[in-house]
Amino acid sequence: MKHLLILLICLLPAFSYAGEAKDLAEDPVLEKRMIGLAENLRCLVCQNESLASSRSELANDLRREIREQMKKGMTDQEIIDYLVSRYGDFVLFDPPMKSYTLLLWYGPFALLLIGLAGLVFQLRKRKNTLPEGQLSAEQAQRAAALLNPPKDSQT
Amino acid sequence: MMRYIWPFVAFVVLAGFLYVGLGLNPHEVPSPLINKPAPAFTLPQLHDPAKQFVSQDMNGKVWLLNVWASWCVSCREEHPVLMALARQNIVPIYGLDYKDNRKDGEAWLRNGGDPYTVIASDTEGRIGIDYGVYGVPETYVIDKQGVIRYKQIGAVTHESLQEKILPLVAELQAK
Repeated sequence: MKHLLILLICLLPAFSYAGEAKDLAEDPVLEKRMIGLAENLRCLVCQNESLASSRSELANDLRREIREQMKKGMTDQEIIDYLVSRYGDFVLFDPPMKSYTLLLWYGPFALLLIGLAGLVFQLRKRKNTLPEGQLSAEQAQRAAALLNPPKDSQT
Repeated sequence: MMRYIWPFVAFVVLAGFLYVGLGLNPHEVPSPLINKPAPAFTLPQLHDPAKQFVSQDMNGKVWLLNVWASWCVSCREEHPVLMALARQNIVPIYGLDYKDNRKDGEAWLRNGGDPYTVIASDTEGRIGIDYGVYGVPETYVIDKQGVIRYKQIGAVTHESLQEKILPLVAELQAK
């Protein structure tokens, strides 16, 4: 009897059932699309958080705005353009290539090139300044003796 | 000697960038709406919800649109400045009560005085989004053609009034 009870208790979890977590939004597809878009947009209140993750009031309102614009059938690009026209390029985590962002995009490569040029210049200079080894006959003999010691002296 | 010059120059340049860069306020994001037409809106008035405030009715005069809320801390700091400005009768101040409820907004004005000609009530914060509002208070200077000429982010102070806003208002009014 006791064993049967234990067996039954052990079997209890088999009857438990885990349902899928309910999505809070009425339209999970739209919500997913909204989050996907909002992840690449900056929240202006807590500036290093995305609109998708920020819990500020403004981010809440902007998520609502994005949702509504999506329901109206606007494309992602149209929504991004709308937000940029209101808040500026600053809302984009990925800054666009423009005349005044050229330095941002190409500056690191320019610095790399400058560094490489400096390195080449320095190496060339060093090669020229180092005296080419001119050995006298005696020094050459000594060097040869050190480099190729006679076989018998090794043992 | 020369070999020390270049690292020193690099250091000075870097220090210069850091000095300027770290001195900037990251919360002052330049608005793309400057020199663009102010987004048109129609909203119920705070004191009399039956009446509407229509932004296009403002065409032909220079006006300030001050975004405020009763829950906003810096607005308290700015309020006496706006009161003083309203008494001078230089430029009309219109309010946008942002994401606030009517009762709180009105109570706040009863306490500190009401510098606004008319206040529009943006309870949902939608017009705020249209204007790119992200931190209250914000103040827009809008010209006779309805174009935004300047945006003050954060509280209006006596200095910002004297240095930026009032000279600009005078210039726009003369046009």
